[in-house]
Amino acid sequence: MENPIIELRGLTKCYGSIRAVDDLNLSIQKGEIFGLLGPNGAGKTTTILMILGLTEPTSGSAYVCGYDATTTPILVKRKVGYMPDSLGFYDTMTALENLMYIGELNGISPYESKERALSIMQVVGLENDMNKKTSTYSRGMKQRLGLADVLIKQPDVVILDEPTLGIDPSGVREFLGLIRQLSRQQGLTVLLSSHHLHHVQQVCDRVGIFVKGKLMAEGNMDTLSKNLFEEKSFEIRITVMNNLTLPWEHEAEFLLLNSIKQAVVGDHEINVSCSKDVTPEIVRYFVDKGYDVMGVQRKEYGLDDIYQKYFESSLN
Amino acid sequence: MMKNFILSFGKQTTESVEVQGSPFGVMVRKEIAGHIRSWRFIVLLIVIAFTFWGSLYVSLTNIKDAVNNAKDPDHLFVYLKLLTTTEGNLPPFHVLLSFLGPLLGIGLGFDAVNSEKQNGTLIRIMAQPVYRDNLLLSKFIGSFILVSVLFLVLTLLMIGGGMLLTGVPIEPEEVLRIFSFTMICILYVGFWLGLSILLSIAFTQAATSALTAIGIWLFLTVFYQIVISMVVKASAPRAELLSATGILHYNELLFHLLRLTPSQLYTDATTTLLMPYVRSLGPITMEQMAGAIPSPLSYKESLMIVWPQVSGLVATTVVCFAASYYLFMRREIRS
Repeated sequence: MENPIIELRGLTKCYGSIRAVDDLNLSIQKGEIFGLLGPNGAGKTTTILMILGLTEPTSGSAYVCGYDATTTPILVKRKVGYMPDSLGFYDTMTALENLMYIGELNGISPYESKERALSIMQVVGLENDMNKKTSTYSRGMKQRLGLADVLIKQPDVVILDEPTLGIDPSGVREFLGLIRQLSRQQGLTVLLSSHHLHHVQQVCDRVGIFVKGKLMAEGNMDTLSKNLFEEKSFEIRITVMNNLTLPWEHEAEFLLLNSIKQAVVGDHEINVSCSKDVTPEIVRYFVDKGYDVMGVQRKEYGLDDIYQKYFESSLN
Repeated sequence: MMKNFILSFGKQTTESVEVQGSPFGVMVRKEIAGHIRSWRFIVLLIVIAFTFWGSLYVSLTNIKDAVNNAKDPDHLFVYLKLLTTTEGNLPPFHVLLSFLGPLLGIGLGFDAVNSEKQNGTLIRIMAQPVYRDNLLLSKFIGSFILVSVLFLVLTLLMIGGGMLLTGVPIEPEEVLRIFSFTMICILYVGFWLGLSILLSIAFTQAATSALTAIGIWLFLTVFYQIVISMVVKASAPRAELLSATGILHYNELLFHLLRLTPSQLYTDATTTLLMPYVRSLGPITMEQMAGAIPSPLSYKESLMIVWPQVSGLVATTVVCFAASYYLFMRREIRS
């Protein structure tokens, strides 16, 4: 296995007695899109700041592209493009000037920064607004300018802190699509933090769930859901037109059906958990009993459930 | 278009132009450009320029009397007279500047760091491969260059205008004295600039740092002198009970305490440089005066008198700047 591009070893950060990040171990390979998922205040931003060398860890170390982020932050920052969650630009300058300034800070000649800025502006779709002052920009435009800002230095690693915050749904799809495309074609490593599960689910190869400074779980979507829901495996919801009276007259009989573990009965619906997929048998049973079945839903575990599950376990 | 970009992206990454350009120069340039375009600087510039022309106008109308006054040992220094002559209504420029200089320094520096932090630009800049101290230094140097250019331009305009209007050639000694005066003005504004940058790091709100800076300015220029003379007078025994040396001692103590403020240092230094007959900044006894010829001092001697003042100004600026470094360098930057 080649060397990971981001490697965190025992990274810990304490603010007073509070451990914002607690003994974090993580490695991210080149070309991967890694999603750091967690609620507000879980320590995502603190972790990112330590990766960039903007905050000193209390103990442990962060290596990016082989450089120690705490002792050689300049070398790390040359390789890493960072987009903070609250983006700010110099309001008195135009978008293009803002972008060129960042380019020049990275040691790119003014001429080349202008060239690059112009082409990146087209990629992020701001070519018509690039000579406007950034104070006139909307939130979504600022977000796109923020991405341009990250790309102008042509980094190896891109770190995006809450990149989808405040953009409309189609904008999010476009934005994430662009990130994914860049990553796939250029081997760009992306570390993305979010509390928005669905966005992360759309693009990330691997997800780390981060709660109270600890990495609760790590892996791709499949492994995560398998680990968690082994015992539950299948959940089926059946909606019927008839009014079900409680207690349900057929409950005892129904539970005798093959591999059914539990049934929760509501007014018009029954939630069944079973160890095998027995949907056809259940439907047949209901039809035999003369119920008018309106809908059958087989529940699949998405990130929402995974997330929820981990929160529950972290609270206990 | 996107395809093109992505292709070009790849190409450039492989080349990965390792240009070791100086981000510091870029930052200083941006600071200066930002100030020049800002209304704040334009207003300050207008205020300073008006003051300068106002005091110059007053001195030009009175220059004839001042130069013809044979009792004054300095009466032959036409250009120094241009800077110091008054008729009583408007104080000379260097006195006005002891009030306005702080305003210029505070105006240029009070939101240097905290406004960037508030706008969220600070973290973006810190995420670029630049050293953290370069940001502070660029803030200071950028404004310092602006102030230097401003004062140099005013001085050169004054000399040029004076030449055209009076037709008197300028003495080399006057050139030295006037440029040293300009240097001291710049240093004095530099101190206030350093102080306000320090406050802009210490306080998160720009308004708080501006008010604190103005508070310090008012205290040091107005109240400090009152407080010190009150304290010294109250603690000194009655004048009848004191010997001559005792009175001298208390006077010296008063002057030493007053010189703890930068405005006093500035006033002492500029007065000595612009008025060559000033030979001491403290009280002089009759014995010391005996045998002294009322003639102007040479440039070197004036400079020797004000050297402690100049060192004091530089030292306080450096202290402010060092404190800024101490506060800023290890601070965590969050948006």
